[in-house]
Amino acid sequence: MMQRMIPAPGSLRRLTGFGLADAAVILGALVLLALVARVGAGAFVAFLPPRDVPAISLDPRNLPYYAARSTLRMFIALAASFVFTFAYGYAAARSRYAERVLIPLLDILQSVPVLGFLSITVTGFIALFPGSLLGLEAASIFAIFTSQAWNMAFSFYQSLRTLPTDLSEATAAYGLPVWQRFVRLEVPAGMIGLIWNAMMSFGGGWFFLAASEAISVLNQSYTLPGIGSYVAAAVGARNMPALGYAVLTMAVVIFAVDQLFWRPVLAWADKFRLEQSAAAESPQSWVYDLVRQSRALPQVERLLGPARDALTALLSRAPTTRIRRDVGPRAARTIDRAYTVLLAVVVVALLGLAVHFILSTVGLAEVGRVVVLGALTLVRVVVLLVFASLIWTPIGVTIGFSPRLARVLQPVAQFFASFPANFIFPFATLGFIRLHIPINFGSVLLMALGSQWYILFNSIAGASSIPTDLREMADDVGLHGLQRWRRLIIPGIFSSWVTGGITASGGAWNASIVSEVVTWGSSTLTAAGLGAYIADATAKGDWPRITLGVGMMSIYVVGVNRLVWRPLYALAEKKYHL
Amino acid sequence: MNTAAAQTLIEVETCSKAFPLPDGKGEFTVLRDVSVKVGRGEVVALLGRSGSGKSTLLRMMAGLIPASSGTIVSNGVPLRGPNPDVGMVFQSFALLPWLTVIENVELGLEARGVARTERTKRALRAIDLVGLDGFESAYPKELSGGMKQRVGFARALVVEPKVLFLDEPFSALDVLTAENLRGEIDDLWNAGTFPAKSILIVTHNIEEAVFLADRVVVLGANPGRVRGEVLIDLPRPHHRGDDRFKLLVEYLYTVMTNPAMDVTAGPSVMVPGAAQRPAPAKVSAYARELPHVRVGTISGLLELIVETGEPTVEIARLSERLALPMDDLLGILDAAALLEFATIAEGDVTITELGRDYATTTILRSKDLFRQQVLAHAPIIATIVNTLGEKANKTMRADFFLDILDEYYPADEAKRQFSTAVEWARYAELFEYDADEELLYIA
Repeated sequence: MMQRMIPAPGSLRRLTGFGLADAAVILGALVLLALVARVGAGAFVAFLPPRDVPAISLDPRNLPYYAARSTLRMFIALAASFVFTFAYGYAAARSRYAERVLIPLLDILQSVPVLGFLSITVTGFIALFPGSLLGLEAASIFAIFTSQAWNMAFSFYQSLRTLPTDLSEATAAYGLPVWQRFVRLEVPAGMIGLIWNAMMSFGGGWFFLAASEAISVLNQSYTLPGIGSYVAAAVGARNMPALGYAVLTMAVVIFAVDQLFWRPVLAWADKFRLEQSAAAESPQSWVYDLVRQSRALPQVERLLGPARDALTALLSRAPTTRIRRDVGPRAARTIDRAYTVLLAVVVVALLGLAVHFILSTVGLAEVGRVVVLGALTLVRVVVLLVFASLIWTPIGVTIGFSPRLARVLQPVAQFFASFPANFIFPFATLGFIRLHIPINFGSVLLMALGSQWYILFNSIAGASSIPTDLREMADDVGLHGLQRWRRLIIPGIFSSWVTGGITASGGAWNASIVSEVVTWGSSTLTAAGLGAYIADATAKGDWPRITLGVGMMSIYVVGVNRLVWRPLYALAEKKYHL
Repeated sequence: MNTAAAQTLIEVETCSKAFPLPDGKGEFTVLRDVSVKVGRGEVVALLGRSGSGKSTLLRMMAGLIPASSGTIVSNGVPLRGPNPDVGMVFQSFALLPWLTVIENVELGLEARGVARTERTKRALRAIDLVGLDGFESAYPKELSGGMKQRVGFARALVVEPKVLFLDEPFSALDVLTAENLRGEIDDLWNAGTFPAKSILIVTHNIEEAVFLADRVVVLGANPGRVRGEVLIDLPRPHHRGDDRFKLLVEYLYTVMTNPAMDVTAGPSVMVPGAAQRPAPAKVSAYARELPHVRVGTISGLLELIVETGEPTVEIARLSERLALPMDDLLGILDAAALLEFATIAEGDVTITELGRDYATTTILRSKDLFRQQVLAHAPIIATIVNTLGEKANKTMRADFFLDILDEYYPADEAKRQFSTAVEWARYAELFEYDADEELLYIA
């Protein structure tokens, strides 16, 4: 009886009905809606080049609007990437035949430089929406999409392939329809990996956003209002203060998106952890806590409950997962063989077409020249990786060995990794011009501006994952200096370093397209390299050279991945797995 | 309740299951011509050692994997997909970590399209039944192993299945928790208000089988097949102190340690010494499999027997004392018998002179004894040693032997045979293995 007399904390809150948290959440939701409506309207203005082209004003008061336009593009691309990921990853994991086409295709798409086929997509999308800015919007969004979608799809595919057997059997044993299996098991199981992947790709996406908002394609300059085109305009006008404001705005936007979007999403996704025991440290977010405290959300959920039930019922009409009958091994093998032959024929035909197109238009000598240019860029990438490793690995290890430092500096490193390096390019270019540094060397520095951070924060992660007892043992037996590095640190961080190296080298190849040609006002510096070749061909609209350049870069990236990174990765998995 | 199958709920008729070996090297038969019935109102246990395909059989009956041949009829309907008449409890609990207790329990109801209010009502009743009141909104990671398995039972019982399938449901729990939960499930069954008509349990724990079941189906290995069944002719609940209970447990131990012995209906018609190990037929050295046992555990067990002061010990007693899963214990005993360190007969293990010597001598001498016995009785290792010896550089690639083993075992088992052979040979200093280069060589 006593217990009845004293109201429980929960019921008290119910009495007050409407808390501060509710006000904040409702207000936040309304502001967000209004912003999206206001900013989104800008995409529907007329666009009739060359007469009707949106102008960019360098007045810093316009920056919030431009930043909002750019951010909206990023989120639309993210949403598209999620839709693509679920469809593509699911198809690849579910059908053996689809898998054999989709996965190698993903592998190649991941290696194709995103900026390389911007020219193709810009022309395509403009033709799709004649007389409207939507075409350019779509092209820019598509560029961001291509920088995110492939590795998100791959992450989802892998989590589908490694679903825990017992959970998979349980959903089959209880007869879950395909739809329920998807939302109850398959999506949740892949959620954490998918969100981390999306977050990292989103960070990288700012780079492509900035590059795609102001672009010269087919002898025509296109500008799309946004923070990237603002920077381009500032560079054209040699306006240093405007550049400073842009960098500041970008930093604020990245910080805000992290705090208001990614942190809460990560905190929410923590419940999808597959380990059955409580995690030692789970991600925290004040926004997520605020939303959870509010009663507005459960209220909305209750209102939507019946609609959700109806939708589930509708989507569950699809049949339950059936077990496949055992197909005779001989029949299966015959179908397999026919399928392999078919694939081989298609691949050979496509390759033949591409080779014929290139040879009949530019000739063999040009191909030889492009191979050499590719080698030059390759040298830059290698130099970058070596120097970045030599400089950042010791720093990363020092940070990683101190949990306090790591907690503070790991987010900083991640912040720098997602900061679009092309915002810094103008400052570096100015430096090169003043100090007479040749762009052939300077471009390595430019490429490093964006990609070195992957080496840093993977070193931090690797070092902090070395168990304390191993470090104590190393101290105890008196390992120090070079020995300590050879016996403990290098093997300990090897897997992480390989991950960082793959990401950094992929980023560097992509960055070469914008780092080997840089401008400041009317002066342009051009380095000899494959990136400059592609940039030049894109600006001129020279289709055969675009095809050749992009194809060659893909061959280089795939080749390096196969010959260097794959074996290193296999070694890391097999021998240096902690 | 003990009367056999007045009405058959699930019937397996001469079913076989084979998996293709890699690279089209034929098939590996897991189950051959198995026939099993589960009748209304009975508790049936499938008892077998690893490799007897008991889990495969359960999954076939649950409709999770198709049979290669033969038919399975559930409630009069041939099975062609997940069996709607069963609720399954998994060894690893198989709870979705992102759903609360009640959401996990509701899973099967949701799949059947039961309306939300009805669903909640039934789930709460099931949660109440397994004693999880108050934990409805907890997440699985907040629960102990025993609690998690209670959720597993609630999830299976809430759909009121015709047959409750239990796949080693207590073997991931510690001994006391397992005992407690097993007792509660037995009480629920004996009370006569159990939400399922019958229970089918897969286990390798002999006492558990006798405690819970009305009928124990004994499975043999390589390939998996039904050896026979034993009726547990005891009034429910079965009491461990009962003489007949002990006799049944002892009989099943005898059966399990003598793979060639005929299984009769029960210990009363037991034929003593009916069978020993089958005379080894002429088969390839590679086909004579090694028990997967660490060298150290063999001498550990032998030392334990020496310490008892008697040469002969009952296996049931040994199992009780060690609290080892029966599968592991039988593996160690197999290894000891193979190397002639011990003999096994009628549920007893007797240490040999050689075994006593092996367990008590110095490290160096015990290595010598081990090497001598391995060469004489473990044909896989002896053959590898001979093959290596014939090579000029005494070195060969591991692939060579793995390829041969692949012809006799499924891929995983071939790898396990290989790593057991390497472990034994390393201890016996017969050959070395370089894992980086994947080379076998004689030092």
